[in-house]
Amino acid sequence: MASLDRVKVLVLGDSGVGKSSLVHLLCQNQVLGNPSWTVGCSVDVRVHDYKEGTPEEKTYYIELWDVGGSVGSASSVKSTRAVFYNSVNGIILVHDLTNKKSSQNLYRWSSEALNRDLVPTGVLVTNGDYDREQFADNQIPLLVIGTKLDQIHETKRHEVLTRTAFLAEDFIAEEINLVIEKRYFLREGNQIPGFPDRKRFGGGTLKNLHYD
Amino acid sequence: MSFLIDSSIMIISQILFFGFGWLFFMRQLFKDYEVRQYVVQVIFSVTFGFSCTMFELIIFEILGVLNSSSRYFHWKMNLCIILLILVFMVPFYIGYFVVSNIRLLHKQRLVFSCLLWLTFMYFFWKLGDPFPILSPKHGILSIEQLISRVGVIGVTLMALLSGFGAVNCPYTYMSYFLRNVTDTDILGLERRLLQTMDMIISKKKRMAMARRTMFQKGEVHNKPSGFWGMIKSVTTSAPGSENLTLIQQEVDALEELSRQLFLETADLYATKERIEYSKTFKGKYFNFLGYFFSIYCVWKIFMATINIVFDRVGKTDPVTRGIEITVNYLGIQFDVKFWSQHISFILVGIIIVTSIRGLLITLTKFFYAISSSKSSNVIVLLLAQIMGMYFVSSVLLIRMSMPLEYRTIITEVLGELQFNFYHRWFDVIFLVSALSSILFLYLAHKQAPEKHMAP
Repeated sequence: MASLDRVKVLVLGDSGVGKSSLVHLLCQNQVLGNPSWTVGCSVDVRVHDYKEGTPEEKTYYIELWDVGGSVGSASSVKSTRAVFYNSVNGIILVHDLTNKKSSQNLYRWSSEALNRDLVPTGVLVTNGDYDREQFADNQIPLLVIGTKLDQIHETKRHEVLTRTAFLAEDFIAEEINLVIEKRYFLREGNQIPGFPDRKRFGGGTLKNLHYD
Repeated sequence: MSFLIDSSIMIISQILFFGFGWLFFMRQLFKDYEVRQYVVQVIFSVTFGFSCTMFELIIFEILGVLNSSSRYFHWKMNLCIILLILVFMVPFYIGYFVVSNIRLLHKQRLVFSCLLWLTFMYFFWKLGDPFPILSPKHGILSIEQLISRVGVIGVTLMALLSGFGAVNCPYTYMSYFLRNVTDTDILGLERRLLQTMDMIISKKKRMAMARRTMFQKGEVHNKPSGFWGMIKSVTTSAPGSENLTLIQQEVDALEELSRQLFLETADLYATKERIEYSKTFKGKYFNFLGYFFSIYCVWKIFMATINIVFDRVGKTDPVTRGIEITVNYLGIQFDVKFWSQHISFILVGIIIVTSIRGLLITLTKFFYAISSSKSSNVIVLLLAQIMGMYFVSSVLLIRMSMPLEYRTIITEVLGELQFNFYHRWFDVIFLVSALSSILFLYLAHKQAPEKHMAP
């Protein structure tokens, strides 16, 4: 079992956007019944068949590291969180579609995670300014996920989705908007119903990640 | 005519205070959240605005600004409005938002929030019974009744915060209490944390692989449900599922451990930052202040004990006593009336400003610590309630720090309250709070080094 390769993916985002529910859904194929605050970091593992069906099929363990807290935490908490950001293969940024601030905070979250390697002493230098250059030579693939789409009224959906499209472009990331419910996912208007199709959805999410 | 001018000055200042409260709310409190219900922001700013107006009226009283009768009118009006807000509006909205969070009662929100408000009023009324606050000749819904009860709650809060603050302030300022934390300690803890995470991961990998093989072999892992399911599971159980539950328990224990380690590491980082701060110039200055404050704190505790034991309530205020001492013992002659006005203005002004600032800082810290995106509305309203009650009772207590000629308006407006009772009550609660904070901090301080020094 340890002979399978491992892939480490961080799941970042503000408090209450649905990271723990998302991770639980991806790994356990079940909806999380009683979400509570994540203290520190909780990890879950998913076994994934990369390039399934082709002769290059390989099975990986995908570790989803769900880091709790907020961008406004004390610097001591940020320094402690920094220990989880080592040798990351991919980052999933989660924001709440009903809460604009959580999308704006994603810039700060990604700076915190990506700048880890530049400042080894653990003192984070972030002035909150967003610099696209910083993401231009970033090798780590990013995925932006927006949650709670069902809580937005029908008429406002278009406006919200356009805003998030700009957000994803800023990060040079792929974007998915979804609803964490027992019955279905919504992927930019396409409906992928039911659980048997879960694996296919999972494959779509992670096709950005290569691990050599 | 002068009444109009006075009223317009009051209204302008009220708008200014309202704006300040609004800005404070947006910039500090709700920095990380989105304001969806503007009602909350309005209520908070309104409470803040009217509370500050009360302090402003006290200052005007001392300085003699504005017409005396218009001051009196504005006092009365301000007081009525604040009491209305604190007793009717804010509790009702707190009940409303609490009920809105519970999904079951969503449809009949208004009915349930009214019920909650009525319960609150009942307990609020009962609060007045055990205390000898009033003479019974006042009617049910008079200002005195409401103020006396609001005063009791507010004075309790003030004394609790005061007691804890008086003890905590030297504890945080002085570097004597800082534990010695080295980089190796932190690295050691971080390593343990990462090791724990790795163990959790390897166990979860086993579980995931086991589930996958079970799924592929066609076994379905279903938990025993129902009565017969439970009986069946006692006698026969799939070996795979048994294994999984065992590993799951181990994983739960490890996750708990990882949370503990995370919190301890954060604690060590915070201590390290404080140590570095204490070596700077500012840090040394605060350290010196800390010694000064610890002496002040011990003196205050001593005075509170004396007041209670000897049943003594100070008759004169510090300003007059200070002037008496300088005139009688030091023989310095100066214009008593002129100086007493200015000195009391400065003293009262300092007390007001520091208490407002201190309260706002404490509220902000408290809010950051316990709020989440669901409960932020309720918590902000609770804080507005606490703030209002705190300011009303500071008016009650500030009366003691002012010379006699300025006390009259407060006595006139607030009616026949037993002011001495409030001071005695403040002393008692202050003493209790300070002593229990000392005990609490002592225990916390003793416990911490043992936790992370263990190999």
